[in-house]
This record gives sequence, structure tokens and C-alpha cells, in this order.
Amino acid sequence: MTNATRSERTGKQSAPQWRLVWWKFRQHRLAMAGALVTLLIYLVALFAEFLAPVSTGTFDPEYTYAPPQRLHLVDTSDGWDLGLHVYGYEQHRDPDSLEPSYTVDESRTIEIGLFVKGEEYDLFGLIPWDRHLIGPKTAGDPFYLLGADRNGRDLLSRIIHGTRVSMTIGLVGVTFSFFLGVVLGGISGYIGGRADLVIQRLVEFFMSIPSIPLWLGLAAALPQTWGPVQRYFAITVILAMIGWTDLARVVRGRFLSLRGEDFVTSAHLDGCTRPRVIFGHMLPSFTSHLIASVTLSIPAMILAETALSFLGLGLQAPVVSWGVLLQEAQNVRVLATAPWLMLPGLAVIVAVLSLNFAGDGLRDAADPYKK
Amino acid sequence: MSRITGDPILDVQDLAMRFPVKKGLFGRTVGHVHAVDGVSFTIQQGETLGLVGESGCGKTTLGRSVARILEPTSGQIVYRGRDGAATDLATLGRRQLRPFQRDIRVVFQDPFSSLNPRMTLLQIVGDPLRAHGIAAGGELEDRVAEMLTRVGLSPKYMRRYPHAFSGGERQRVNIARALIVHPRLVIADEPVSALDVSVRAQILNLLWDLQDEFDLTYLFISHDLSVVESICDRVAVMYLGRIAELAQTAELYARPRHPYTEALLSAVPVPDPRLRDGDRRIRIADDLPDPADPPPGCRFHSRCRYAEPGTCDVPGSEPALGAVGPEHLAACHLTDRLTLQSPFDAPRSR
Amino acid sequence: MPPPNERDPLLEISGLRTHFSTREGTVKAVDGASLTVPRATTVCVVGESGCGKSVTARSVLGLIDHPGKIVAGEIRWHRTDREPLDLAALSPTGPELRSIRGREIAMVFQEPMASLSPMYTVGDQLMEAIRLHKEVTKDEARSMALDLLRRVGIPRPEQRFGAYSFQLSGGMCQRIMIAIALACDPALLIADEPTTALDVTTQARIIDLLRDIQAETGMSMLFITHDLGVVAEIADEVVVMYLGTVVERGGVDEIFHDAKHPYTKALLGSIPRMGAGTRQRLTTIRGNVPHPSDRPSGCPFHPRCGDAVPGLCDVEEPPEVVFGPARSARCVLHAMERSVR
Repeated sequence: MTNATRSERTGKQSAPQWRLVWWKFRQHRLAMAGALVTLLIYLVALFAEFLAPVSTGTFDPEYTYAPPQRLHLVDTSDGWDLGLHVYGYEQHRDPDSLEPSYTVDESRTIEIGLFVKGEEYDLFGLIPWDRHLIGPKTAGDPFYLLGADRNGRDLLSRIIHGTRVSMTIGLVGVTFSFFLGVVLGGISGYIGGRADLVIQRLVEFFMSIPSIPLWLGLAAALPQTWGPVQRYFAITVILAMIGWTDLARVVRGRFLSLRGEDFVTSAHLDGCTRPRVIFGHMLPSFTSHLIASVTLSIPAMILAETALSFLGLGLQAPVVSWGVLLQEAQNVRVLATAPWLMLPGLAVIVAVLSLNFAGDGLRDAADPYKK
Repeated sequence: MSRITGDPILDVQDLAMRFPVKKGLFGRTVGHVHAVDGVSFTIQQGETLGLVGESGCGKTTLGRSVARILEPTSGQIVYRGRDGAATDLATLGRRQLRPFQRDIRVVFQDPFSSLNPRMTLLQIVGDPLRAHGIAAGGELEDRVAEMLTRVGLSPKYMRRYPHAFSGGERQRVNIARALIVHPRLVIADEPVSALDVSVRAQILNLLWDLQDEFDLTYLFISHDLSVVESICDRVAVMYLGRIAELAQTAELYARPRHPYTEALLSAVPVPDPRLRDGDRRIRIADDLPDPADPPPGCRFHSRCRYAEPGTCDVPGSEPALGAVGPEHLAACHLTDRLTLQSPFDAPRSR
Repeated sequence: MPPPNERDPLLEISGLRTHFSTREGTVKAVDGASLTVPRATTVCVVGESGCGKSVTARSVLGLIDHPGKIVAGEIRWHRTDREPLDLAALSPTGPELRSIRGREIAMVFQEPMASLSPMYTVGDQLMEAIRLHKEVTKDEARSMALDLLRRVGIPRPEQRFGAYSFQLSGGMCQRIMIAIALACDPALLIADEPTTALDVTTQARIIDLLRDIQAETGMSMLFITHDLGVVAEIADEVVVMYLGTVVERGGVDEIFHDAKHPYTKALLGSIPRMGAGTRQRLTTIRGNVPHPSDRPSGCPFHPRCGDAVPGLCDVEEPPEVVFGPARSARCVLHAMERSVR
């Protein structure tokens, strides 16, 4: 027939759905930027040991609350010399309060190199290595690009390491709540009737519980003897228990509206079995919506973790997450002397925003047939 | 007509479909909408039975009950198979229905929502073959190609997605999907209503050709009386869940015996400005009564221009669908006393 | 008002081009359409989906959705005792067009339910329309509104005055929409498929109503429809459109009994006519209506036309052959006929 000619040119007519989604997503600039930043953040999480100059525990009591150093490229102190370097500090201590203050000591140049040898670590927990993307050429020299905390630990390294926990607690939590949401929402929407009634009341019950007191209660119930890994796992489960309700509602709504669609009725009449109708006809038509809503729920998980840890109920000190780092910024006096301790908050904002942008774009692109 | 053998293929008896009206937190049932309220008719092998009526008259619900998309509240749908065995489809469960779903197929109105946008034409048209385990792989592809060719689509578009096709082409796909398992009865629910005028004729012609070629019986649901006249052998007129009149097409259009049929026929715009005159028109009030609470007595009396108080509006005395002529049924208390007009009464210049 | 002259034009559209620039290219929804609505006349614009009939009507009132734009052409609006005004040159959001919309030119749409607000009673919406254009008190507006409801055939208008749109049937809502449109005695009523969403019995009554009102008030009507039956019932003059261009214009009788353009002929042949009997094979038009962004070169109808002349119809834009006042067709066949004669 004649009609195919227009689409022939664009090649659209034989393009499968995922490609149409991709084409549409690509046109959404903010979403593309968000996706790119998200990807970068996850790469940071993956290569944290390599990217961070030092490990999370490395400290130097000489440099508590040391301010961020400026990275210099050209050294003019002694003629004209090219090479990455920072200047050392000169520490003064207030005689009354014993509070340290620092001035830049331009006479002491600390040479900085890329791919320098430093502390040893296991990349991906497997490959022993000792190279770091950036660091002082002489290991042990003070190097605080984003300043230091109260124990003289490098904030940059800690933020990089915190990325891993903060970004993955979202993923694990979302996977749990995704599973719960799809299964319960699917049952609710497809089977309907009494099951729907029960599940919907359950959703409403969970939604009506004030979330912070619930977190408080559940977190307080965790045995104090649990190690950081167990705690981490328990926290994700707690977050997932609360996070599934939204997704369950979305899935239920989609199933309800799809159940009445002619093409689903047709599939039943074609003699398709029930699983075939659900997994072959109904689910594929909103997988992209699911992916979008999952992308949009990761930021919520990150924020929840941050909030819990900030309140001191989530992850605890030896583990490093953005929320744990922010815990140090609770004190107003600390903030006045060391405002850089709020930088983990910036990391949270960037991560949450880019995930939201990517998710929004995905949601818009999810239905390529709608104008 | 030779294609009509006279053997009934489907015998619907006293079919009713009630939808509960729910209210309140716990969904208490406060009443019922009688979408289909005691309908009986027979379809003969090879014929096309038309089902006409305004929106809300229950014609689509009736079609969906016969196709067993819905489970009727009461009544019988007796289907006679190829071997002559009669089965009541109304009470069958999902599994028991499966063999009959090959024989009875549905073509939907909306060519856009009835095709899964995530599937290629090959998958859509081939799905019934696969689901019933009739064919797979290369044979399935051959069969799909053959069927697509038969409905006027090139098989080379087999691996394309529905969004690349126009409404008319999609409706051809729908027809191919319905016919690929060689059914005997096709329920066509407004199959041409969403199409452009110039494409509508193509699809109607195609339906005729396929009927002859595959020995099909059609239940043709439409609100368009001129389309129904052109394709149907017999026509049933529905009003508020009941059949008001049922007769051979020519008979019904020339000699309507129910005031509702008369009004419907008179309201159809005639595509000839020379026949635009005032006196042949019959106009009825444009307010359809609430289907949850139909008027007492004859359910049409609130809009009927002949209605007699004391006869037509007596609660509990609903007119039954009775014979008023050879193969002509009507449900009206006054039918014997009325002389109803047909749009063909006036001298025609054609 | 002096008795209107039959051929006195009220609205003249000439060479109208309304294009939509999308990412996939320019969609020429209306591409060089010309038509005239004389005073006290009903002009029907008829065509299939994508022919640009609705966009033409919306262009008149500047109601084109983004990214559509009038790129060429004139829409001359002839007001009594005043210079004609080119509506196409006015800003779609400016005060001049706004003062014409609803006051001099009113519009009725396809979906009456969607056009009425469910938050206000129909009476309130009608009164608001009256008070927007006329300086009257609330009580005066109310009695005028009740008069209007009576005029559009609403039984028991006092009761219906306080009803909400969702409590009324589609036919009733369309009557309310017509009443709102009539509130300011417009000189032109544009009706965009006003009966398409309605049942046949209701459609017949709405057509009767529009015809009666037109005869009574002497306003003009631009009636958009795809249904040739409706055209035959209501039109004085007919404009047939195909893919953004006007292919034929003429009186309603001429169009139905002496069609010139192959498309008009084919369209008339393809509709089932009541009384023709069962199983009369319909004449078909081959192929499908192309998407407006995929307009064939030359005559837009040539790929589907039985009389197309290869090498001519697919290359040249067909000329407009004028047969008489308000009677023309765009087809090379008639141009050739002319030159032979």
C-alpha cells in the first residue's frame, strides 16, 4: 500500500519500540545530560578506590579542619615551572580555644601527580593495586582538595567512597520495592476483586504511616551488635518496605487500564494463555514506564538514606555514605569554621537532580506512539 | 440466497447482561444497569445479521457477550459446531471456551487500540495460530503472508509495526487476524465506523468477498443504518437493551413496524439535496432514558409519538417481541393499528 | 438591516496556507485553499481526515495550535458599513481578533461535553457569554439566557438552567453550545463537525435546529463535516477539500448531481445509500488518504484517481477551472476540455 512511503524515509516503520524510545529520549537534552551525569556518578562509585587519593580511614591529626587547597598548574615561586602542585599549610592554634586555623604556606610546594603510587587497595575487591588517579607524589603529604574533617581525613576521598554506598543503597532498595510493587500491584490490577481490595487497603495503610517515626522505630529496633554490612542491608529493606506503595499503585493503574484495551481482549480471544497475555502483551507495553518510575524512585531512596543517616539512625560511622558525612555538618559552629563539610550535600543534590532529569525524559519518551 | 443454508449457527435465548451499580466505601450494590435485558435471536449459517441502535442501547455489550468477552448474567448462547453438536457457550469456563474461540472471532471498531503497538504484523496475525498450536515457524509465516495478501496487504510489510499503517490498513490487519484460524462466525463491532468514507467502501467490499470465500456468518454491529442496509441480510433494531424489531433488511427498511425503527430510519441523512423536504421527517426527543431505570411499560413510550397513556405506560406490561408478518418481529402494543412510514415511501427521483 | 444580497460576500478566504513545522518536516495542513461564504448562506466544507477542513475553519479565528502558523493568504472579513479586515494578518492573541471571536464569529465544536466546563452550571456559562459582550444586568442576562435556551429547543429551560454539563445528554450539551454561540447574534457561525459525536436521531434534530436558526436570523454558517448525508441536508454551497486544497466548489445540487472533480464523483459513489438494497457493491477509491506531510506531487489526488493522465497529473499542479460564479474545480481534465472547445 502507498502509505508506507513517508515512514520509509525515516526508517521508523520497522523500528522496534525500544529504538523509538531511544530516538525520543535523545531529543530531550536535559534528560540526556542527566543520564550522562548519572552514568559518571556510577562510574565514580565503581572505581572509588582508584579515583580517591586516600582511603576513608586515612587521617592526620595535624590537619583537623584543614581548608580546601587550590590546585596550581604553574609554579612561579622559583622561576617558571610547569607541574601540578598545591601549597602546604601553616597551622596556628588559638591559645584560648585551641582551635586550629590555617594559612597557606607558599614556600612549601607539594607536587601532585596523576596515576601516582599510594595506599594499596583491591580494585573491585579482587585486583590488588596501588595507583590513584590523583595524589601527592610523596605519599603522606597533606593533600586536601575539598578540605579535611575533624579528624583530618580527606573529604574528597570520603565523598568518592560515600558515592558507592549512597548510590547503591538506592539500587538495592529500589530492586526490593520494584519486586514488591510489580507483584502486588499486578495482582491488584489484573485479578482485582477481593485481592485488589486487600492490597489497596495495605497500600493506604503504609502510606498513612508517617515515614520518619517509622524509620526511627525500625532503625532503633536493629540490634546494636550488628555490623555495618548487616545494618546496611537492614536499612535497604526498611526503605523498600515503604517505597513499594507508589509503584504498586502505578502498576495497578496500568493493568486496570490495559485490561480494558481492545488489543488485550483480542489477545484473550486469540486463545493466548493468561501468562502469555500478562507477560507477552500487557507488561511489554509499560516496561518503559516501569523503568522510568524506577529511575525516579532511586533519588527518593538516596534522600531517605541521607536523611536517616543524618539523623544518626541509618548507617553508622565506619561506613561512609553521604548521609554519614553530612552528620558532621550538623553542628553550627563546625559549619562556621569548616563550611566545606556541607559539600556531600552538593553531591546528593547533583545525583538526585540528574536521576530526576533522566527519569523525566524516560517517562516522556516511554510512549513513542503518543504525540 | 444460496450462501444462507437455513441451519442455525447461533441461537441466543433470553440473554441478559446486568452490570451492578456500586456505591460507597465497600462497593455496596445499589442497583443494576440492564445493558442487555432478555434478548433472543437466531443467526443462520452464512447470513449477515445486523444489530443497530443508538449508543447505550446494548448492542456492543450483546456482541461481547456472544463472543464471551463478558459472561452473561443469564440466558443461553447455543452454538452449533461443524459437526452439528450444540453447546451452550453462556456457562462455559475459560478452558472449555478455547476450542470455540477458533470458530467465533471478533473484529473491533478502533483500528488503533485493537493492535498491540509493540508487535509486528507477523506476530499479531500469527498469534492465534501459535496460541492454538496450529502452526509455527516457517509454516506460520507462510500462512500469515497468504492471509495478508488475501486482505489486500503486501506480505513484505509483515515485519513492520502497526504505527506505520493507516486506519484502513490496520482494519485489514484486524480482519486478517480474525480470519487466520478459519472461523465460522465473525462478530464485527462497528468495523468501519472509524474509517474515512473512501476507505469504508473498500473494507465493506472486502468483508463481502471474504464471506463468500470462507463461508462466513457475520454478526454486524453498527449505528449506521445505511451501512447496515448495504451489508446485512436481516436486521435487529435494539433499544435500551431489548430488540424492538427484527426482520429481513428490505422488509424492515420498507415496512417498519416499530415506531422507533420508523424514527431511526427517518433521521438518517439522505445524501441527495433534492430529497430535502420537511414533512417526511419524524423527530424524537434526544434524551435517552437512564438504562438503570427504564420507563415502565413499553420502554420506548417516553419518546414515542404514538404512545397511548393507559396502554403503553402500564408498569409490568412490556410488549413482547411478536410476529407481525412473515419473518418479521416487533415489540409494540400498537403495531397493528399504526401505519408507519418508510423513507422510501416518498416518490424517489432516483 | 438592508436585505442581504445573495452573492454579497461575508468571509473570503483566498490562498490560505496554514503549515505546521514539526521536527519531521513541514506539514502543509492547508495549502492554498480559497473559499467564500456569502451572507445568509450555509457553506459546507466536506472532506476526509487530513484534508485540512478543520484547520481552515480554525485559521479564521486564529485558533491554530502550536506549531501551526498561517504562512500565506488572506481571510477577508466583511463587516457592515466598514472596510474589510484581513483576519489572517491579525495577531491570534491580539484584542482585535478576540473582539471578533464570539461576537461577530462564533464557533461550535465536535465534542459538546468537552467544550462545557463541568464546574459551572450551563446557565452560568450562558450568562457569562452574554455579559461578556453585552452590557446588561444579571437579571436581564438571565432572562436572555432563558430565551436562548428556549430558542435552541431545550424543554423546561428553567430547570435545565441550573444543571451541569455532565447531567445532560450529548444532544442537550450541543444545544447549550449553540445557545452560547448565538448569545451575541454572530454574523457567522462556524460549526466544526457539530453532529459527529451524536446519535443519528439527535443529529437530525441538531441539523434541523441549525437550519431553522440560520433561516430565522439570516446569519451565515460555515459547516465542517465528513458526512455527505449531512451536507445534502444542510448546505447551500459546498466546498470539497482534499489534502489541504479545495478541489471543487459549487451549489449543493450541482455537487450532488453534476460533480466535476473525479474525487467528488468517487466520494459520492463510495457512500452506501439507503434504498439501494442489500449487497450492492460499492465503488471504491483505491489506496488510502495519504498523510498531509506526504502529499503527492502535482494533483494531490492523482495516485488514487481513475482518470489521471500520466505525465501530466503527477507533475503539474492542476489549474482552477471556473464554470460560473462560485462554481469551480481544480482538475486538468476540465482544463483540457476547455481548450479543445
